[in-house]
Amino acid sequence: MKYLNMSMKKVIAFTMATLFTGLVSASEMGGLSSLRSDELKLSIESPAVALKKVRESDTLLKRDFIQQPPLIPHAIRGYDTNKNVNSCLRCHSWKNASKWGATRISVTHFTDRNEKQLADVAPRRYFCVQCHVPQADAKPLKENKFEPVDSLK
Amino acid sequence: MNREPFYKRYFKLLTKPAARISLGVILAFGFVAGIVFWGGFNTGMQATNQEEFCIGCHEMKNNVYEEYKSTIHYNNRSGVRAICSDCHVPKDWTAKMIRKIQASKEVWGKITGKIDTRDKFLSHRREMADREWARMKANDSQECRNCHNFEFMDFSEQSSRAARIHQTALRGDDKTPATGETCIDCHKGIAHQLPEMHGVEGW
Repeated sequence: MKYLNMSMKKVIAFTMATLFTGLVSASEMGGLSSLRSDELKLSIESPAVALKKVRESDTLLKRDFIQQPPLIPHAIRGYDTNKNVNSCLRCHSWKNASKWGATRISVTHFTDRNEKQLADVAPRRYFCVQCHVPQADAKPLKENKFEPVDSLK
Repeated sequence: MNREPFYKRYFKLLTKPAARISLGVILAFGFVAGIVFWGGFNTGMQATNQEEFCIGCHEMKNNVYEEYKSTIHYNNRSGVRAICSDCHVPKDWTAKMIRKIQASKEVWGKITGKIDTRDKFLSHRREMADREWARMKANDSQECRNCHNFEFMDFSEQSSRAARIHQTALRGDDKTPATGETCIDCHKGIAHQLPEMHGVEGW
């Protein structure tokens, strides 16, 4: 009896699934249009936008709000940040910064999440581009009226 | 019957002056043979300098070649490329011969499968990188300078950051003397990924 129940359940499930699939495909065939507009059809490929050049600057890029992580004023193509090496620290570590005339990473990067002082960069601060990013000369996608606070103007 | 062992016969043949061939024929033959062998030798040297030859082995193709493909020496705006041998085999004849002979060790590595899996390759990466860095340091990064020559670098075309550092390295400034550093001291890992850099000078 138990086995019969199992197999009956299977048959019912299969029949339901077949019916449902039939219904869905029928509705697709029925000329219903989706909310997705024609310009956004998956089959249409829009031409790729040209890649933007990274902005190279000799001076620090302006910050727009106080807590903003400083921006990277140079290209970082091919810089590795992985288990083996952190290419940013090649110049920006406390050990090497003066040789290259580079900005040293902030002391805040040496504390773990319990505010415990560490001897080297904290693991949570290791992946530089999580916060610090290079800039391209790109227009905002949406017009906005953002203005930095007075102290940064 | 001649019962002498064959090597004795050949030794005699090679040491006895030719009785029937004129000196002219011998010279002409030697001349032609010289062209054929020397030409063949150089063709062999050149053939083993081709990119196709290098990536004929999966050790190169799947590891270092894949990494190199995303770098500027493979793909760039003007299409001028530096292939494997441009950086890893000296152009100067003597240095080239020495490097080619050293490379026979790499053939042995291939036969014994020293780096025939990704894991093996990774565990040897630092060792191989160290060797190549030492080689480039010793010859003042000659392979870089075959194309990138300090004498003809237009510093004004470089970003001011690069210009400052290159000029300091080349001739120093009022505060610091020339550093005497060579390309590879700073430009490591430009065509391949870096190994574990612990203990590398300047890192």
